[in-house]
Amino acid sequence: MAQTVQVAGRAPDRTGSGPPAGRRRPRSGPRPRTRGRWGPYLLIAPTVAVIAVLILYPIGQLFWMSFHKIGSREARGVAPAENVGLENFRTVLGDPFFWRVLVNTVVSAAAMVVITMVLGTLVGLLLNRLGRKMSLLVSSGALLAWATPGISAAIVYKWLFTPGGGLVPWLLDALPDWLAGSGWDDYNWFGSRGTTYFVLVLCVVWQSFPFIAVSVLAGLKSVPSELYEAARVDGAGAWRTFWRITFPMLRPVFLVLTVLSIIWDFKVFTQLYFLSGGTANRDSFNLAMYAYSAAVAFPAKYGLGGAIALVLTVILLVFTGFYVRVMVRQGEVT
Amino acid sequence: MTVSSKAPSRRAARIGLNTAGLLVFLFAVFPVFWMVMTAFKTDEDINSDTPLPVPVHWTLSHFRNVISGQGLEFGLGHFFLNSLIVALVTVAVSGALALLAAYAVARTGFRGRSSFLIMLIIVQMVPLEALLLPLMLNAQRLQLLNSLTGVIVVYVGSSLGFSILMLRGFVAAVPRQLEEAAAIDGASGRTVFWRITFPLVAPGLVATSIFSFVTAWNEFVIAFAFLKDQETFLLPLTLSYHFGRTQVEWGSIMAASTLFTIPVMIFFLIVQRRMVSGLVAGAVKG
Repeated sequence: MAQTVQVAGRAPDRTGSGPPAGRRRPRSGPRPRTRGRWGPYLLIAPTVAVIAVLILYPIGQLFWMSFHKIGSREARGVAPAENVGLENFRTVLGDPFFWRVLVNTVVSAAAMVVITMVLGTLVGLLLNRLGRKMSLLVSSGALLAWATPGISAAIVYKWLFTPGGGLVPWLLDALPDWLAGSGWDDYNWFGSRGTTYFVLVLCVVWQSFPFIAVSVLAGLKSVPSELYEAARVDGAGAWRTFWRITFPMLRPVFLVLTVLSIIWDFKVFTQLYFLSGGTANRDSFNLAMYAYSAAVAFPAKYGLGGAIALVLTVILLVFTGFYVRVMVRQGEVT
Repeated sequence: MTVSSKAPSRRAARIGLNTAGLLVFLFAVFPVFWMVMTAFKTDEDINSDTPLPVPVHWTLSHFRNVISGQGLEFGLGHFFLNSLIVALVTVAVSGALALLAAYAVARTGFRGRSSFLIMLIIVQMVPLEALLLPLMLNAQRLQLLNSLTGVIVVYVGSSLGFSILMLRGFVAAVPRQLEEAAAIDGASGRTVFWRITFPLVAPGLVATSIFSFVTAWNEFVIAFAFLKDQETFLLPLTLSYHFGRTQVEWGSIMAASTLFTIPVMIFFLIVQRRMVSGLVAGAVKG
């Protein structure tokens, strides 16, 4: 349990019991012990090497590719690649399809983030108020959803929404027509992007709300109960208590969770791939799908693929930059 | 408001809360329940016009089909072993590297420490789908396509950042005094690490390992792009194989999906508390 307290901000100072007074050394920095000048660098060297080779170098390659015209011959090094300047970017950004994909990505990510955050927070608050047995039941159920691999989740949701045996079409068909409309029994949910994304958002929210809920719950445990006592004495309702006490106290947690959710939901791939049945339905692409399909496209247009991938990376890095700023401001990287 | 009207309203609130809890529980559990139940239904029950909550005629035939391979060149055991090898080697390599780096970050101050941490945060946010193109070309050049090694190498790279950030919290939680006391007693740096620090960090290492195990186990894009020979298929690829057939057999897919999910569920249950705190610490502590 002690671990979870960290959520609310800084880790509790485990060294608080401290060395006996009198022997206390003056501590100039947060890390007093540095064994050897080169020790730490030797310890992080393998990590730096792996990340340089597997992530930083490929990003450099993406960058280089996106300024060149590269087919399969150029990729194999048989022919030299032609430098085309910004043309790949002009092609990508000038294509209405790219903007459609961007809209799909932004709108679906926004929906996922908002719904996940609201539902997750509500469940976190609920878990905090439930009795022990009930709270255990609910959190175990949430754990199950959280633990389900993305592929399995996508496959089950596809099955739930498939006509001719799927549960949802049957349910909608069984409901009276004035309530649910008609024609659901053979409606293809994955034929158009609106309904595809409806199922996608549901599927992603289902998998991600537990993480938000347990994080919020862990944060709630760290709010001093006197604050709530005082609010109750003042006669504040649940709504007011949340916005006046809980939200301000958990502000750092909410900030981090929201930015993380944005980053995660922007690059949803596996679930969409399985729900829409591969790359056949270009209408419901998001940026990750677009980057993927450009990477495996035939005939190869690697320059263009590189430009698309770079656009996705840059968008995510902007959010990541924001996340890093939050971390730095909260003193988490010093 | 009289005092007596308060008790019933509190009971009403309790009932309301429990009902909400029950609804959340059903929402969370239902898809998993449906997956497992479909796996045990006969094809007739699956394709009947009225879906049944639980199978009328329980059958193991879908599980038998999936385990025997059903259209694939190998049985499920082969792919299970592939997935296990990939995940375990990924965990071993990235766990060892991450422990070294996490120790450096949590226990020593060095120039560039903050930059190193920020780099880790950034690299774990870069999507693999975006890096797929250069990674594939490089793997092709190094003849690592269609080999488990190629996939493992990529997984190590992609799980390292998070592992370090998560482990860092666990290393930092080991009281420094213990290490200092041992050092004063004349223990060497190596002895201090293996006798004091390591045993105390071990639970954190387990949680971190399970997290990277599950990530490697679940990964799809890289495996799908790198592995085209059935001999090298991982479990997610067998799922997509069953899923991509013209006549989709939901019973078999649900059976395969159930078998694929079970190990992950077990791991989650083992480390659930640490997972939550570690993930949160890893995420929030950055």
